[in-house]
Amino acid sequence: MKRQIPLIITFLAGLAMILGYFIPHEPFGGLQQMLNTWYMVVAAFAMILGVGNLIKLHTIKIRKRKQGFGYSFVLLAGLAAMALFGIFRGIKPGTAFYWMWWNMHVPMSSTMFSLLAFFVASASYRAFRARNIEAALLLVAGILVMIGRVPIGDMVWSGFPAIANWIMNVPNTAGQRAILIGISLGVVSTSLRLLLGIERTYLAGD
Amino acid sequence: MSLVEKIRNIDRRIIFTIIALAIIVPLLIPVGFPIKVSPSVRNLYDELENLPSGSKVLISFDFGASTYPEIYPMSMAILRHLFRRGVKPIIMGLWPEGVPFAERALAVTTEEAGKVYGEDYVNLGFKAGGIVVMQALGRSLEEAFPEDAYGTPIGDIPLMKGVRNYDDIAMVIDLSAGDPGIPAWVMIAQGRFGKKVGGGCTAVSAPQYFAYLQAGQLVGLMGGMKGAAEYETLIKRKDLGTAGMDAQSVAHVVIVIFIIIGNITFFVERARRGKKEEVS
Repeated sequence: MKRQIPLIITFLAGLAMILGYFIPHEPFGGLQQMLNTWYMVVAAFAMILGVGNLIKLHTIKIRKRKQGFGYSFVLLAGLAAMALFGIFRGIKPGTAFYWMWWNMHVPMSSTMFSLLAFFVASASYRAFRARNIEAALLLVAGILVMIGRVPIGDMVWSGFPAIANWIMNVPNTAGQRAILIGISLGVVSTSLRLLLGIERTYLAGD
Repeated sequence: MSLVEKIRNIDRRIIFTIIALAIIVPLLIPVGFPIKVSPSVRNLYDELENLPSGSKVLISFDFGASTYPEIYPMSMAILRHLFRRGVKPIIMGLWPEGVPFAERALAVTTEEAGKVYGEDYVNLGFKAGGIVVMQALGRSLEEAFPEDAYGTPIGDIPLMKGVRNYDDIAMVIDLSAGDPGIPAWVMIAQGRFGKKVGGGCTAVSAPQYFAYLQAGQLVGLMGGMKGAAEYETLIKRKDLGTAGMDAQSVAHVVIVIFIIIGNITFFVERARRGKKEEVS
């Protein structure tokens, strides 16, 4: 029963969602809406679970003095400071939370993302080589798109943006579409496996 | 060590310094490269331009602090355009971090345009659940968002009178940096409820969405800071997007030069190795 009840719940909930999608009238539409509302509530609690897990993971790292445990300490201190100021002093403009958000969190997060430019430059210099025909094609396409997608490309030669657009619209889209179709088929098959109880890895311990 | 080897093994700090200069110098000394508008951005602009005054557009702020420099300028350009046209934005966020950016963008643009909260625009705030929230909006907006971001019941907000679900919204715009984002909005708002969907995303994720553009599932798309700069060009209001384009142009050229130098050293070395093997 310990295994069968979750399987039955999964099957019934999945079936209700599928029926609600294809037959949006009552009772299926209402049932789907009710499950959606439950999902939103569960999703909100999942955030709490996520924070709890984060705290647990980094506390263990600090306790065991694992490599880089100092960063875990900074993370937990930052998390505690933001949470405590947010809960007790509010998050409106003029509060400590607001100040930390705009002057610490946002610039630091943006900096982390912008580091990509430096790593792309370094990696492309060292590893982006025309070792064979496929790599050469990728390299030429990459260069043409990089030049064609910025204003300076148009200034150098008006044909660059047209070539970049063609690469994006034809070969890129063909590849992306194939990937999307593959992903979608994968999602459908995994969903069916879940609903039919063939895929049971979500039942931890079983 | 030969010159080629020296160039090949150049210290990465030198590469980082060159890239930093390529970005910082154009930011400090702008050149003002002319910006050409791409069809995907033009289409988005045209869709919003053709909306009747008083229409309601749902804008979802689905991005975080890391992608703020790329996507925030798009939100400013879109809001300025909507307010100029008299279109009323309904703001929401499926990412918790998106809402503060929406508030900042609204604070600036509504002050410029002299718009009133609750009459000309509304902020519904964040809601957890992603794709499920999108589905719920198709049935009842009030069920998904009983209150706005500041705790006012939806029924008490003049702008929300008569807005039941997607049927009463002219279009959805998603400013997205990942999941939940554009694919989910396309799947639910466009695919299931037949609503027009437009979007803005980071430059790295833009190529994924060209399939949706070609299929007509997305009416238009702004990709990265370039997309924001193009939209600013269309509304004739240069701002953050345009300011970043010179730096991006120069950085792209520098990276291309790095790739070319790297490949020259690769071919020279390979030719040398080939000669050595012939001799031995």
